[in-house]
Amino acid sequence: MAHILAPSTQWQMRVPKSSTFGSPIATKMWSSLFLKQNMHGAAKATGKFRVLALQSDNSTVNRVEQLLNMDVTPYTDKIIAEYIWIGGSGIDTRSKSRTLAKPVEHPSELPKWNYDGSSTGQAPGDDSEVILYPQAIFKDPFRGGNNILVICDTYTPAGEPIPTNKRHKAAEIFSNKKVVDEVPWFGIEQEYTLLQQNVKWPLGWPVGGYPGPQGPYYCGAGADKSFGRDISDAHYKACLYAGINISGTNGEVMPGQWEYQVGPSVGIEAGDHIWCSRYILERITEQAGVVLSLDPKPIEGDWNGAGCHTNYSTKSMREEGGFEVIKKAILNLSLRHKEHISAYGEGNERRLTGKHETASIDTFSWGVANRGCSIRVGRDTEKNGKGYLEDRRPASNMDPYVVTGLLAETTLLYEPTLEAEALAAQKIALKV
Amino acid sequence: MSLLNDLINLDLSDTTEKIIAEYIWIGGSGMDLRSKARTLPGPVSDPSKLPKWNYDGSSTNQAPGDDSEVILYPQAIFKDPFRKGNNILVMCDAYTPAGEPIPTNKRFNAAKIFSHPDVVAEEPWYGIEQEYTLLQKDTKWPLGWPVGGFPGPQGPYYCGVGADKSFGRDIVDSHYKACLYAGVNISGINGEVMPGQWEFQVGPTVGISSGDQIWIARYILERITEIAGVVLSFDPKPIPGDWNGAGAHTNYSTKSMRNDGGIDVIKKAIEKLGLRHKEHIAAYGEGNERRLTGRHETADINTFSWGVANRGASIRVGRDTEKDGKGYFEDRRPASNMDPYVVTSMIAETTILWKP
Repeated sequence: MAHILAPSTQWQMRVPKSSTFGSPIATKMWSSLFLKQNMHGAAKATGKFRVLALQSDNSTVNRVEQLLNMDVTPYTDKIIAEYIWIGGSGIDTRSKSRTLAKPVEHPSELPKWNYDGSSTGQAPGDDSEVILYPQAIFKDPFRGGNNILVICDTYTPAGEPIPTNKRHKAAEIFSNKKVVDEVPWFGIEQEYTLLQQNVKWPLGWPVGGYPGPQGPYYCGAGADKSFGRDISDAHYKACLYAGINISGTNGEVMPGQWEYQVGPSVGIEAGDHIWCSRYILERITEQAGVVLSLDPKPIEGDWNGAGCHTNYSTKSMREEGGFEVIKKAILNLSLRHKEHISAYGEGNERRLTGKHETASIDTFSWGVANRGCSIRVGRDTEKNGKGYLEDRRPASNMDPYVVTGLLAETTLLYEPTLEAEALAAQKIALKV
Repeated sequence: MSLLNDLINLDLSDTTEKIIAEYIWIGGSGMDLRSKARTLPGPVSDPSKLPKWNYDGSSTNQAPGDDSEVILYPQAIFKDPFRKGNNILVMCDAYTPAGEPIPTNKRFNAAKIFSHPDVVAEEPWYGIEQEYTLLQKDTKWPLGWPVGGFPGPQGPYYCGVGADKSFGRDIVDSHYKACLYAGVNISGINGEVMPGQWEFQVGPTVGISSGDQIWIARYILERITEIAGVVLSFDPKPIPGDWNGAGAHTNYSTKSMRNDGGIDVIKKAIEKLGLRHKEHIAAYGEGNERRLTGRHETADINTFSWGVANRGASIRVGRDTEKDGKGYFEDRRPASNMDPYVVTSMIAETTILWKP
């Protein structure tokens, strides 16, 4: 995980009233993306058309780009708000936009909205309205100006969270006084794989075959080792622009796989920032003609899976004597291993095999600097006697609301019986 | 290339007072848009100050060759997002030299209905949800679909994101900004259930303005797809089978419906619409019978029904309206190729003027 910066309280973020340019995604950046894409033989649109970013044969000037990048602020106070929510599978993001009369700074100023839940597997056709409650605002890196992205969660018309709404429960946990007092910080390492369109084979891999074995790709550079850097770099800047607390990025062990980190974020923000960053990433891959996969084990065999390691600390862990608090937290986690695992992402059993820098899914283990464990504690933390822990179990397709909420709940609100504690301490060799 | 770019984007306001006005009208099919441009000596903001013009109606199936002039009356002005500066788009309707509206001019009748004192008093608001499909040029197969085959079944595409779920977003987003610039009251956009299909909404607009704004938005959209090399289709059922059709749901309210006790006014209005179902359906778009099957979130074309939050009914009333006791309702019957002048004025006529 990258260096520790003070977490941003993003709800206080102010959207500036004016901007001097339209979209921050400059034309040059996109055209370089297309060049790279051709080199890897990635996005081949059907027929002659580049389906996504359009450059037609019969216009000599690309006026669509000019319209897309137009800064409308001199002509109108109106802004466009893109409302984003999580669909029926629990991992698909959906969005639609609406015009608002003027710029907005706080989610409470935004109107509730609704959508057709019968089209996303979240409501029946004869009672199809699902209500969107705006929860977090980010600047829109695609439209620029004062336009915004809005992360929402979903409710029935009666005001009940629908089953796929995991944010509601997490927000409850994060407003519990015990949790608030401990100021929980999260740093989430989101891994993802890029796939070629139509064939769904990883970016940079020869269709019908495999690249050379893992080794040269982790943090690698070069046309034969790094595939899709433009997407990762564009995403980095877009997230910084949007106000997402992105702290770093790197190429991963499997070729075509990448990682970015978001944090440290406090409480419920971690979930909001991760979901918004996933949305921005999928908008970018859409533009680039590449398919985004959050599958935890995209290719079977001797190829790394994709995880979402979650780094975690509380106020007590960060202060003098914190290492003992960390060990107690690990003890609690060991007693709820099954509950956590079942909430850490679908298909995780294909990834957590005990090989490829993972711990086996059935066994709970911890260790200092040990990447083959469920929980890893950094050497710095051990040396300083305080710091944070890394839960390496969550899969890349985990829901950050669920995982962060569960971590806070298990370590701060859950109290095991004394015998259970003693047994567990013995089992995982912990002197607490 | 860059010289052409510079020329197209020349800002003339430094060198001349003259502006360019693009006169737009509806052609002989009732669905095709036509336009041509002329120079005017200075900026204009009031349609009544614009000169009438004329065009060759025999080339658009609207007049015989030996008496081919059709007169254009300017009705509404919008800023031109393609030429920018003080240049404008002008929505017109079409008349014979004698001053009679030609048969394809549906605006004339709508304007009469909207100037009736009973209708004016009720301040009718419209919000129109225009759906449309993007097709690949030459094959006329939807954008993003493999030629000679089909994409995966509907499910992931509604409001979807990603290269395998969303096709043509650049067109939709540039259309959004262009409409905001032009002064069209565009209120939102979203990706639709069928891949390659999109929707934008215009409203709330009052009376005749609704039709003007939808037609201008359609014109801007077709200019953008022209630049993008993609074909725009307003067909209500572009692909037969298990694929959604395209509609133009029309949300409607009057002053009485928006005030306390409005829910009763709404119910009476819906009853009246039920009594004129056949007349409305006949005016709600060619080919609608291929779309209104009772499946794919439509009501069957022969049956009139209504319900709260029910997307399978002819008329849908939102939960908020039911809860607040006032609001608006949604007529889900119009097809994507409906004429907004006809639909908006007919709804006003049936609910406000018609006595059964």
